[in-house]
Amino acid sequence: METLWFIIVAVMLTAYVVLDGFDLGAGVIYPFIARTSDDRRRVLRAIGPVWDGNEVWLLAAGGTLYFAFPQLYASGFSGFYLPLMMVLWLLMLRGIGIEFRTHMEHPVWQGFFDAVFSLSSVLLTIFFGAALGNVVRGVPLRQDGYFFEPLWTNFKLGTHPGILDWYTVMAGLVALVTLTAHGALYVAIKTEGELSARARSVAVVAWPVQFFLTCVSLVATYFACHRMFYNYGRHPVGLVVPVLVFGSLAVMVLATPKGKEKLAFIASSLYIAGMLVGAVFGLYPLVLPASTDPAYSLTIYNSAAGHHGLVVGFAWWILGAALTLAYFIFIYRIFRGKVKLEGEGY
Amino acid sequence: MDSALLMHRLHFAFTVTFHYLFPQLTMGLAPLMVVLKTMALRRNDETYNKAARFWARIFGINFVIGVVTGIPLEFQFGTNWSHFSRFAGGVIGQTLAMEGMFAFFLESAFLGLFLYGEKRLSPRAHWWSAVAVFLGSWLSGYFIVATDAWMQYPVGYARAADGSVQLSSFWALVLNRWAWWQYAHNMSGAAITGAFAMVSIGAFYLLWGKYAEYGRIFIKTGVMAGCIFSLLQLFPTGDRQGRLIARYQPVTLAAMEALFTSGPGAPLVIIGQPNVEERKIDNPILVPKMLSFLTYQRWEADVRGLDAFPQELWPQNISLLYYSYHIMVGLGTIFIAIMVISLFLLWCGKLFNARWMLWILMLSLPFPYIANTAGWMTAELGRQPWLVYGLFRTADGYSKTVSPGNAMFTLLGFMGMYTVLGILFLFLVRREIENGPDLDSAVHGQVTSR
Repeated sequence: METLWFIIVAVMLTAYVVLDGFDLGAGVIYPFIARTSDDRRRVLRAIGPVWDGNEVWLLAAGGTLYFAFPQLYASGFSGFYLPLMMVLWLLMLRGIGIEFRTHMEHPVWQGFFDAVFSLSSVLLTIFFGAALGNVVRGVPLRQDGYFFEPLWTNFKLGTHPGILDWYTVMAGLVALVTLTAHGALYVAIKTEGELSARARSVAVVAWPVQFFLTCVSLVATYFACHRMFYNYGRHPVGLVVPVLVFGSLAVMVLATPKGKEKLAFIASSLYIAGMLVGAVFGLYPLVLPASTDPAYSLTIYNSAAGHHGLVVGFAWWILGAALTLAYFIFIYRIFRGKVKLEGEGY
Repeated sequence: MDSALLMHRLHFAFTVTFHYLFPQLTMGLAPLMVVLKTMALRRNDETYNKAARFWARIFGINFVIGVVTGIPLEFQFGTNWSHFSRFAGGVIGQTLAMEGMFAFFLESAFLGLFLYGEKRLSPRAHWWSAVAVFLGSWLSGYFIVATDAWMQYPVGYARAADGSVQLSSFWALVLNRWAWWQYAHNMSGAAITGAFAMVSIGAFYLLWGKYAEYGRIFIKTGVMAGCIFSLLQLFPTGDRQGRLIARYQPVTLAAMEALFTSGPGAPLVIIGQPNVEERKIDNPILVPKMLSFLTYQRWEADVRGLDAFPQELWPQNISLLYYSYHIMVGLGTIFIAIMVISLFLLWCGKLFNARWMLWILMLSLPFPYIANTAGWMTAELGRQPWLVYGLFRTADGYSKTVSPGNAMFTLLGFMGMYTVLGILFLFLVRREIENGPDLDSAVHGQVTSR
């Protein structure tokens, strides 16, 4: 049952990154590709009806994590106190950046909200990448299952690292580049003409960087946290993950320049899924490794809620997930097609 | 109280109080928007559609702030209250996760559709999206209230070996009877906020002499809803809530009423200042024996006062609890008076010309917010010193690894951020109100948020 919930939380987080990832990425490229006021409105309208629904995946994944692994939620969230508060503030700023920009007709204020939206999107992608980096690398858990990490120390790994060290900064950069490409492909699909072409060229330019950083992160993980590879040795089925990751990258590099953005976007989604699955496959059954003493690590067994709760939860979770899937398919069908500015309003 | 505990309590109290200013309007307006959409559909009248769109714009602005201020609350269970989460996560994780899975997805997905999709949907389908938003927001309210109700009246749990509590009965948790009455009382309170908001803006339009056609629709809809819900707020929901407290949290009831001494024929304090040091009420105005009657329906019934309980079980802040409770009840009574008089004037056909009453209606807008806030303060201060009543003390719940300095830093950060949010909200809503409902829909649809 614990394993099942581990998979469910991982799937929900993956859904969050794939879905909110493209609107975060759209925020990253927004100041570079949207040159005219019409362009900016098109980009905003491409994500307008869906970004909030996408962000709910973070809330729902958080709620499910709380429900299934309360001990992990307690230790992890209090330990990452300061960075999480910053994530909250950034999420707030980004939300009002997107929403309230449309309410302000003044060009200066629109410029201000554009900057808020874009900057917070950039920082959030880096934060989320660094967060994953922290979980993979491990945190200085004490015997009582709690920890508190400073924002940074000397940027080196060790038993008492900071939130930011060279490894987590690298993870943040991987996330930034990946989601930039992901968002660029989404904007390319949803818009037309020059705007779409510019978005596509961002994705083309991002690819070599993404490929390079993927290789770097693989090597770095091998040296920084060797334990991430044990599961792959034990269960060779896990080797489909690197195949998926590099296969998706190959599809992206072939499809993007030819204008097959939809195919490239699907490949980019699979790439993200592959990277995340790769990480959780390596972690299992740990959920928060300890950098201090491996015995203090939080695992799915010592952090899960009671058995009865997990069983009951599964029943309603299936129902909720089915309903949610139905809404999302319905909403994305209603808002399918390219964004138009005139006539066809919202 | 040590400073870490104080900081973490203030942190949650501030963020949750500010947050709840927004969902109460969301939940209150959602059913009223369904009413307006229904009228538009049944009468085939575009005015009602424009009225609904106007409220959708306000709703959209309000909803955004509700969402962005809601995320920190879920996070704070882990960041600031990790020991509580460790203790109770196995139970309240259920309701909180269900809120995400069942309510948030429903609400956010269909609000996008409701605000952006009118042109892409048939009128009937658009009506359904309004209903879905209503259901989503009210479901979300239920799961949150059920979580709080479990903290007030824990049921359906079993102790685990490590001292934490774990779910033992799902249905006991979800159908907690405390949750039913608290939910009814809370939602009726939210509906009052929604009704007063609608009436207040309607009165503003009539006094202004502009958009009077809409002003009349708003007032009519709002007064009828306001009348129903302000009566429901008192009876049965408030009454039943009070009886649950009398039965299961008698010390809370004594503190709310500032009843220091037990005895038969307990009086009800209408006005007066509790003097906790000397254990008496200063300058009181009392209704003799009324508290006994209201609590037990007998004039001579014995009501246990604070002296019947050891002092370590008393809520720590009796004065604040007393004031919150009395402000809530006092305002609730005034709401009934305002709404009943308005309904009477409406029935006589005089309300739209009674400028004095329109002024009262317009200026009454802040008071439902105050009453709802005071109501929640009553519930939460009354539960002290417990975080989970009878099981887990508030002082044991906060994150020991997060220093008071860090907590104060982020609290100040939230205060600054929320000040900006509040100013932006008022500015944007004021603009929507001045632009009025009578705008070309296609152009204005773009202005709609989300």
